[in-house]
Amino acid sequence: MSSTAAPHDPAGIASIITQYLHLEGPLLPMLHGIQEAYGCVPDDARPLIADALNITEAELHGVISFYHDFRREPAGHHVLKICRAEACQAVGANALSDKVLSMLGLDWHGTSADGRITVEPVYCLGLCACGPAAMVDGQVRGRVTAEALVQELAQ
Amino acid sequence: MKVWVPRDAAAKALGADAVAAAFEAAGAEVIRNGSRGMIWLEPLVEVERDGTRVGFGAATPADVAAILDGSAESLGPVEEIPFYAKQNRLTFQRCGVIDPLNLAEYEAHGGLAGLRRAVEMSDADIVAEVTESGLRGRGGAGFPTGIKWETVRKADGPQKYIVCNADEGDSGTFADRMIMEGDPFCLIEGMVIAGLAVGATQGYVYLRSEYPEAIEVMNAVIAIARQNNVLGTVLNSSHEFDMEVRVGAGAYVCGEETSLLNSLEGKRGVVRAKPPLPALEGFLGRPTVVNNVISLATVPVIFEKGAAHYASFGLGRSKGTMPIQIAGNVKHGGLFETAFGMPLGDLVNDIAGGTASGKPVKAVQVGGPLGAYFAPEKFDTPFAYEPFDGAGGLIGHAGVVIFDDTADMLGMARFAMEFCAIESCGKCTPCRIGAVRGVETIDRIAQGDATAIPLLVDLCETMKDGSLCALGGFTPYPVMSALEQFPEEFAVAQEAAE
Repeated sequence: MSSTAAPHDPAGIASIITQYLHLEGPLLPMLHGIQEAYGCVPDDARPLIADALNITEAELHGVISFYHDFRREPAGHHVLKICRAEACQAVGANALSDKVLSMLGLDWHGTSADGRITVEPVYCLGLCACGPAAMVDGQVRGRVTAEALVQELAQ
Repeated sequence: MKVWVPRDAAAKALGADAVAAAFEAAGAEVIRNGSRGMIWLEPLVEVERDGTRVGFGAATPADVAAILDGSAESLGPVEEIPFYAKQNRLTFQRCGVIDPLNLAEYEAHGGLAGLRRAVEMSDADIVAEVTESGLRGRGGAGFPTGIKWETVRKADGPQKYIVCNADEGDSGTFADRMIMEGDPFCLIEGMVIAGLAVGATQGYVYLRSEYPEAIEVMNAVIAIARQNNVLGTVLNSSHEFDMEVRVGAGAYVCGEETSLLNSLEGKRGVVRAKPPLPALEGFLGRPTVVNNVISLATVPVIFEKGAAHYASFGLGRSKGTMPIQIAGNVKHGGLFETAFGMPLGDLVNDIAGGTASGKPVKAVQVGGPLGAYFAPEKFDTPFAYEPFDGAGGLIGHAGVVIFDDTADMLGMARFAMEFCAIESCGKCTPCRIGAVRGVETIDRIAQGDATAIPLLVDLCETMKDGSLCALGGFTPYPVMSALEQFPEEFAVAQEAAE
């Protein structure tokens, strides 16, 4: 899914930036594009983006850090998102996430030492009538159990 | 043999892709429809028998052979399943019925009839039709859609915009997701009609990143709509309208319209003070209609069947229908579109069949994480804007989350504050700092400090009165409703400590 080290690829980043410059309000699509390519928004990209959009790096940092989605370092090879919102809590999401985190030996936002797994909380996947819900590498899962999630990640 | 297997995210989350693959391997013609909204039956497979679609669910790949050879036990005709038969499906009339990517099928089921009518009307007449329908913002605020459109129609600007708020972050809600995955042309048609009404030629769907399936479907149908002159030169008329999807980045507060506009502009999703109204100074400072997905997706049926038909449903000033989403610890969860006015208890007990666990219902939270908890004592409240307001709550985006008697109400109140602290945009002090203090204060109560209860009440008052948007302003609803209806849970810890 992503490499484990932040990349150094100014030419590649610059070409992604160019693809979005014609849009009205290009920054979010640009950040998504860069993150899709590199698994994160690398620090290397910041001066290039700021320059292309004529904004300060401070302003850019403000935007990147505001949104939960954007990462400074790539996530683990597998990303597990577990819903923590009310509808999933009504069907045991708290016990589920406690169990998953303890089985993996991780805390929220943590990545395993071998770089294989990152666990993130998510606040609603719109699967509220078939919770507890989760997402494994972008694939939705309903009525999950801790065992099934951990087993899927082991594959 | 023709088989329908939903591509809806909830169906996929319960294994629909494997079921569809098994049907394909067995040689069946598989159509990936949207969901009928009966989530407890997903994946709900449908097969046509004697001109009627018969359902099988929840289906697994192991059931495929028996479904195909006719030996599997069916649920009967899908549209006669009581949960479905009891609805008034207007906005969701095609969802689950058609292939969402098939424009011809969309048209064959009433699609584009509204737009064909609208292109022949003047802008003022289009707005008048929406006003007469009584349609109000389905995102939660309930503001009359026609009045908002009229403000934008009369505004001067070099460019006007239609922005669709598809940042459906409220827990317990999935109507936006379902219609975008199951009948996406309907949203496009609604946005085009809005464009004709106010003189906007560009639209954006601000769609949350947590909905990858909806993003994929919307992008696909926008391309199809362009190829077929639904977008671009609208139905070969003199009108122009185009639109694109913009993906959010995981900030709940961007569901608030001004914060959404800032995000769309590429800024931090910080709430703006109003005035200026987005209708006058919205996206890039230009006149902008910001409407929820369901508001816009309801516009086509209003034009197809007429404003009077739509307004004939409902209760008082809550006209029309509402797609109510019943979720959480629920036996028969899903989407139930009905005229406003059904008592909350009927929805919870009769329609949804109570809890999945079989235990008594302790409370339901209506309207997402900022909505109040309703104990069964309030179950006679009719589901509509004003009655819920009068009962100390809000219908919001019409999510109903059911909790059984194991729910920890102090814990839920604490979570409301914790969520507000995580998602606060930081603009207003009562929200940014208050939510953090709220968590601490509830922790004090949990440890037996009863003197913290009046502090919590006071803090909620401050947050309610001192926040610009609903995040800080409405977080007190779940907190105070839990405290008022379940005071013993805020006192038990105290007794234990003494």
